Amino acid sequence: MPKNPDIKKVLVIGSGPIIIGQAAEFDYAGTQACRALKEEGVEVVLVNSNPATIMTDKDIADEVYIEPLTIKVLEQIILKERPDSVLPTLGGQAGLNLGMELAESGFLAKHGVKLIGTTPLTIKKAEDRLAFKETMEKIGEPCAPSLVVETVEDGIAFTNTIGYPVVLRPAYTLGGSGGGIANNEAELIDILSNGLRLSRVGQVLVERCIAGWKEIEYEVMRDAAGNSIAVCNMENIDPVGVHTGDSMVVAPTQTLGSLECEMLRTAALRIIEEIEITGSCNVQFALHPDSLEYVVIEVNPRLSRSSALASKATGFPIAKVATKIALGFNLDEIKNAITGKTYASFEPAIDYCVVKLPRLPFDKFITAKRTLTTQMKATGEVMSICASFEGALMKAIRSLEQHVDSLVTDEYSHLSYDDFIERLKIVDDRRIFVIAEAVRRGIAYETIFDLTKIDIWFIDKIAILVEMEKRLRSEALTVDLLREAKRLEFPDNVVARLTGKSEETVRNMRYENGIVAAYKMVDTCAAEFDAATPYYYSVYGGENEAVSSHDRKKVLVLGSGPIRIGQGVEFDYCSVHCTWAFSREGYETIIVNNNPETVSTDFDVADKLYFEPLTPEDVKNIVDIEKPDGAVVQFGGQTAIKLTESLMKMGVPILGTQAEDVDAAEDRELFDRILEQTKIPRAAGGTVFTAAEAKEVANRLGYPVLVRPSYVLGGQGMQIAYSDEEIEEFMEIINRIAQDHPILIDKYLQGKEIEVDAVCDGTDILIPGIMEHIERTGVHSGDSISVYPAFTISDKVKDTIVEYTKRLAQALHVIGLINIQFIAMGEEVYVIEVNPRSSRTVPYISKVTGIPIVEVAAKAIMGHTLKDMGYPAGLAPAADYIAIKMPVFSFEKLRGAEISLGPEMKSTGECLGIAKTFNEALYKAFLGAGINLPKYKQMIITVKDADKPEAAEIAKRFEALGYIIYATRSTAKYLQEHGVSARRINKISQESPNVMDLILGHKIDLVIDTPTQGRDKSRDGFLIRRNAIETGVHCLTAIDTARALVTSLECANDELNLVNIATVKNI
Amino acid sequence: MKAFLILENGTVFPGNSIGSPKEIISEIVFNTSMTGYLDVLTTPSYAGQAVVMTYPLIGNCGVTPDMESTKPWVDGLIVRELVRRPSNFRCQGTLEDFLVKNDITGIAGVDTRALTRLLRNNGTMNGMITTDENYNLEELLPRIKAHRAGDLVSQVTCAEKKVLPGKGKRVALLDCGTRKSIERILNERECSVMVYPASTSAETILAEHPDGILLSGGPGDPRECGDILAEVKKLYESGLPLMGIGLGHQLLALATGATVAKMKHGHRGSNYPVRDIKTGRVYISTQSHGYVVETDSLDPEVAKESFVNVNDRTNEGISYQNGNAFSVQFYPEASQGVQSSSYLYDLFIEKMGGNQ
Repeated sequence: MPKNPDIKKVLVIGSGPIIIGQAAEFDYAGTQACRALKEEGVEVVLVNSNPATIMTDKDIADEVYIEPLTIKVLEQIILKERPDSVLPTLGGQAGLNLGMELAESGFLAKHGVKLIGTTPLTIKKAEDRLAFKETMEKIGEPCAPSLVVETVEDGIAFTNTIGYPVVLRPAYTLGGSGGGIANNEAELIDILSNGLRLSRVGQVLVERCIAGWKEIEYEVMRDAAGNSIAVCNMENIDPVGVHTGDSMVVAPTQTLGSLECEMLRTAALRIIEEIEITGSCNVQFALHPDSLEYVVIEVNPRLSRSSALASKATGFPIAKVATKIALGFNLDEIKNAITGKTYASFEPAIDYCVVKLPRLPFDKFITAKRTLTTQMKATGEVMSICASFEGALMKAIRSLEQHVDSLVTDEYSHLSYDDFIERLKIVDDRRIFVIAEAVRRGIAYETIFDLTKIDIWFIDKIAILVEMEKRLRSEALTVDLLREAKRLEFPDNVVARLTGKSEETVRNMRYENGIVAAYKMVDTCAAEFDAATPYYYSVYGGENEAVSSHDRKKVLVLGSGPIRIGQGVEFDYCSVHCTWAFSREGYETIIVNNNPETVSTDFDVADKLYFEPLTPEDVKNIVDIEKPDGAVVQFGGQTAIKLTESLMKMGVPILGTQAEDVDAAEDRELFDRILEQTKIPRAAGGTVFTAAEAKEVANRLGYPVLVRPSYVLGGQGMQIAYSDEEIEEFMEIINRIAQDHPILIDKYLQGKEIEVDAVCDGTDILIPGIMEHIERTGVHSGDSISVYPAFTISDKVKDTIVEYTKRLAQALHVIGLINIQFIAMGEEVYVIEVNPRSSRTVPYISKVTGIPIVEVAAKAIMGHTLKDMGYPAGLAPAADYIAIKMPVFSFEKLRGAEISLGPEMKSTGECLGIAKTFNEALYKAFLGAGINLPKYKQMIITVKDADKPEAAEIAKRFEALGYIIYATRSTAKYLQEHGVSARRINKISQESPNVMDLILGHKIDLVIDTPTQGRDKSRDGFLIRRNAIETGVHCLTAIDTARALVTSLECANDELNLVNIATVKNI
Repeated sequence: MKAFLILENGTVFPGNSIGSPKEIISEIVFNTSMTGYLDVLTTPSYAGQAVVMTYPLIGNCGVTPDMESTKPWVDGLIVRELVRRPSNFRCQGTLEDFLVKNDITGIAGVDTRALTRLLRNNGTMNGMITTDENYNLEELLPRIKAHRAGDLVSQVTCAEKKVLPGKGKRVALLDCGTRKSIERILNERECSVMVYPASTSAETILAEHPDGILLSGGPGDPRECGDILAEVKKLYESGLPLMGIGLGHQLLALATGATVAKMKHGHRGSNYPVRDIKTGRVYISTQSHGYVVETDSLDPEVAKESFVNVNDRTNEGISYQNGNAFSVQFYPEASQGVQSSSYLYDLFIEKMGGNQ
């Protein structure tokens, strides 16, 4: 069928804020889909509460609503925009749930709107546990024996019939929220009661445990005519038991023969036939390691993280093809954009090996449990491509940017045999290194397999890497040995370390003997057809296919690597817009990145894509071939900035702000000199390396002080210390990783935090807007609620900020972007930090001011002046509405993580509230972040002494809204004395009913708990906060956030005034 | 031990010897299937060819019982990496041992992607695999270029008739290089399968009154199968239900007046989309052929195209106007994950009057 002519205007539902389990992959899928829709002449209406996304740009969709993703909002948009169709399969589980609700309620039918890309019945058959099981039974596809239960009692009774262990999977949740494996009744009760609460429909599947089986995924597609294909299959290196999002994954499958592949592919195609998928679908199987027995684990009838991975692993644009299918096309009518010759109705042939590794946030949440379970914990992932598995694994490891560049570690060498065997049993993010150590110790493959259930095929591959490590340590470095080490993707510095040579010696030896990386193309067809799209990966030993042309100026854009807390999708937004800007100006663009979830690694964003680790050596290999005229590093977050020095050594000019100026902003002494020159005040401070030095500086400044490493993003390792003991603790944590740069100790000032992003062309400066944070200083800017335009500071303060920004940009010779954070105390303004690069707030400010900041900055880098571009210098006039960026956290996914806010960033994503009034914007922002109150109108307040006066005022306002307020002893006393009828509740350590009983009683809307000081070590506070989060109770840890929330609730209004971002005027 | 793949155009790919060190000259073809190395080795249509696997890791599962015939037929195997430690619960040994045992020459460590690109751009070429480091190109190239595989069908067909009993329809299978899965799928459909050597006369077959005739796939150039063609023509003219696969499809086309051409680099892999022209449905098929029936040469009075390749629009199937004969270029039987078009066997059985 050709395109359905009735489809003219489509509402696309995005996935909302980035949280664990729902990350940038949906921006990638959504953006590709919107472009596919526009390619077919369809008008696109987009809704997504996440302002950091590319899909919410007005050049991607025609009408853009950055509004909370609630049914009410969607209904309003549909009534306003009158689309003829809704496409819900691109916005992850969130989007699918919303689409399903709109259809089920009859709203769509009533207004003559079609659901396209799927049907409610398809969604139900795939997602509703019972309907799914019945469907599988009907077509004879095996499922693990299971029962959907709605009470804990039923769960126990059923488990008694099938035996422990059992897996628990709540229905309609993301990333397996609330799921887990129960080995006994106590664990069953614990996990099941939690899961029942988290499930949208109050259902949990209790299932035979198939932990240890091989976990295999199939990405399959089907069109309305019934044609179906398997795009890719993938094998989780971690067997069943670890969420696929946290698993190490290889594509295609490696340990399955033709027979198993045929069996599972056929099953996947039968399943999508039965549930009538029209588009893309992910089917997960568990395969017994020693037989052909398999079970279907789950079916995701939509674009997913796995489909993004499969797209990047094969080159097959799944989202684009799924969108065309939704419009009515059949697979054999859709051209394969990679080859330009063949059609989408074929199955990609891969001629390389792909490895995906998860990026886990345990560097941020050091108290969180590192074990990996069926609950996803990763914030992002990296992918690598190589001709061998060993090579792909080595590349993936260094792509993670976790200070590890090989399997070499002596972390486990001190363990006794017995202790080591115990360590080997632990399933966590370190297991691959532990397995390498097991091989090093000579433990038999079979023993390792028995303990880990990781297939011997993978163990042998790890062994090949360990053997090379041994050879490099013990043998003379011959050309042949070096060649083999490079084939296995040992970086030069690792070869150098193991052989005792310098990195330079190793590199020279390579070049002298012609051991250099060659680039191969990802072409969907294993070279059978000539491909039109240059998408490359490197391999040692072979012909180079990457042809370097020099007919026009060529720019290298460094991407931002895996999504992690502090460096999220915002930087991909910046990299992509930078690329497009250069492309529009006639440059040849080259992107280097390793994140499969992003738009920047889509095959047609840049002229060339190199899917490679972002280390100096890997980038140099590309530079050797491409010889770019310059590199842009200011858009790819810290990942790209870190490469500046290396790029300069390679002779690649840095476009925009120069490296020495970036250094001047980061280097304490240089920066202090600049502040002196420009007469800009800052908090007193000093630089240190050791704890002793740190204490000395801290005592000189007087506590509290801010402790942080330099050259980091997201306030990594940043803390407020109130005592010598805390200094010692924080310094120990920071110095666990060898620091190349000194640690900064600053006097901690508490005031209003102000942030600006600005563009400088070398002379003039444009400040699109000033943002003010709701939380006072001390909370990381990425975790603060940010308001544009600044709403409480005086004009004088604003003028000072503009002036300081101008002075700093000029002193640092900024060309391009600069981000500055200030503290305003009264009329005084202090600078906190300056980043001469793009920031997290750039996409948000671009959208709400209508100024395409990245494009303007990129053009400034290319030599255009702001004047040429038509932008007057100075602060742009404020928009006539308020836009509030709200941080969104994923604490419920990370057992044991400390949730209290501080100088180290913890949020995983953000959403936007935009409205004519401050209060409505705030309400929308909270709503977008999922804080949908009231429910029970009961809350708990327990605050530190300093916060008590403000807490009383806030409590009164909650009381006026009808809330019953519970408080622990001293807070209760204070509140009562100040006119709040707070009910006193016992502390955890005291007898029941105490605060914990209250939280676990599921009748509390909100907990306001401000920790006493610094890193709160009181067991009580920590337990209260964790239990609140784990039972789904909102928990606020900053008094300013609490005040903002009550303000928003006071003006809660069901009917929101929608803002179409696409109509926001450019100045 | 070092080994070299020397192509007729003088390109040399160095690598390591695997399997037998025996020197071979063969036609070099590439296959894009990711898991089907055993299938490729043991499918007789690869006789007279040395196969490059485009997937770089070969032998992951070792040797499993999934063989398409009793032995490997390829002249040589060319891989990027021969996996040293296979892992699969059905693994009976390593691929390396299998190659040694069957005296199959191989070479590993080859930049298979570069080789494939070369074959794609220049077309299929002859090549030599040798372990002689002192090779002399000047002397070798004319020899390599001159190499012809000759009559391959006679090498791969069975020596004598055999019967695989079943209680349903009686199928005469002309073995031009058949695959075990064809026999299995017919047996599964209750057919009694009588397998005849390719040289069997039509009279001999027809004398046993089969319910239908199946012409199997096989190796080589169908235009060189003059003797078999004459018999195929008679079988066609008998009016019995007739199904052709692969080489059988090409023989039937030639026997009924159509022409066949050599392809630039052929179709070898398991991801080829073929469209059923009548229904519009597209099936993903496994194929291994270097020759193709020229669609333009079909006489509309006799035959019409029933399947077409979605990508290059080449012929993938023919239905004959006599109503009883049809043929396809691809393998409709279950093999490398491709079960969807096995309904063609049901169609064949239907034409024979169905099971009861």
